[in-house]
Amino acid sequence: MHEMVLNKNQICQLLEDVTDPEIPVISIRDLGILRDIRIDHNHVEVVITPTYSGCPAMLEIERSINNTLKKNNIENFRITTILSPAWTTDWMTEEGKQKLKEYGIAPPSPTNEDDIQCPNCNSRNTSLVSQFGSTACKSLFKCNDCLEPFDYFKCH
Amino acid sequence: MNNHLFNYTLQQADNCLILGQRLGEWCGHGPILEQDIAMTNIALDLIGQSRMLYQYAAEVQGDGKTEDDLAYLRDAWDFKNVLLVEQPNGDFAKTILRQFLFDSFNCYFYEALKDSNDEKLAAIAAKSHKETLYHLKWSADWVLRLGDGTEESHERIQSALNELWPYSAEIIIASDADHDAKTNGYGVNLEEIQSRRDSKIEEVLEEATLTAPEDTFSHSGGKSGTHTEHLGYILADLQFLQRAYPGNEW
Repeated sequence: MHEMVLNKNQICQLLEDVTDPEIPVISIRDLGILRDIRIDHNHVEVVITPTYSGCPAMLEIERSINNTLKKNNIENFRITTILSPAWTTDWMTEEGKQKLKEYGIAPPSPTNEDDIQCPNCNSRNTSLVSQFGSTACKSLFKCNDCLEPFDYFKCH
Repeated sequence: MNNHLFNYTLQQADNCLILGQRLGEWCGHGPILEQDIAMTNIALDLIGQSRMLYQYAAEVQGDGKTEDDLAYLRDAWDFKNVLLVEQPNGDFAKTILRQFLFDSFNCYFYEALKDSNDEKLAAIAAKSHKETLYHLKWSADWVLRLGDGTEESHERIQSALNELWPYSAEIIIASDADHDAKTNGYGVNLEEIQSRRDSKIEEVLEEATLTAPEDTFSHSGGKSGTHTEHLGYILADLQFLQRAYPGNEW
């Protein structure tokens, strides 16, 4: 089969299609899971890091990277998982945070975790229901104004 | 193979796997939905941590075995977890108290292990430490709520404390692997962890109006493979599929 040779930016662009299976609006680059793309001649190495150690989405993400590259005729590649430096929500892109908010998840707020804004009505009159939410990376809040419960992507 | 490094990694991997499995038993049975989810979230973190540690232990062992062999195909006497984590869930108060006694070790353990001269252990510790901060906050919070809650909740968590107290010290009693790890700089100094852990426990128990038993007797044996009968039942459940259908995959 004919192998395409792409540069780092082009591969990065292809991988924009790879999203978190739990939050399908946000790509692995937006989330900070995609750490590097290393190209040596025509061999591609995609470097990723898990969010939480038990995150069940990682296997699905690897599968998705695999499928995306193959679909674009890239066969000579490897996916490497690294643990260090440990993933942090500081790596989330501004674009990613905006997408989360539009999806109904309050993005991480490193300056003030006691004052989380409701993603539905923008009120700051909210309260924590549980530190642990629908996935390891989120906690559960409710808005005291519009009364909607919502997920908050916690700082990590 | 470095036998001490292998055992040291397994001790922690087994603690995380067995407690993760225990917490998983609560799935669908939690007192309220949010806390059911909290327990399974913590279980998931712990099982994730055990996977990283088993992967590394398998690498240290270097005979082609994998994380799955270590989790699914060892017998009870090969497991090195402390007896605390294999104790049955009991009621919610007992699960909380067991969790608090473990978290108050685990959180400081990983924090110190970040300085390990073994690059892999240091990386696993840095990742896991962040997760255990949430765990400790959650379990300490519930010890307070139950201890300083109603008469019944107080009574239940005090009785859990009386029952589990003799299992609380084993984790800070050094095994051969612990000694080697400290001497060679890839592990932590358990005495330092103990003093931080003890003051945390003391502080939380006092605020929760709970009293630790005065008896200092401590059960032990887990780190060298001598377990309570409970571990066999846990493994029967956890390992059933691989025992009955060897090599089966999803």
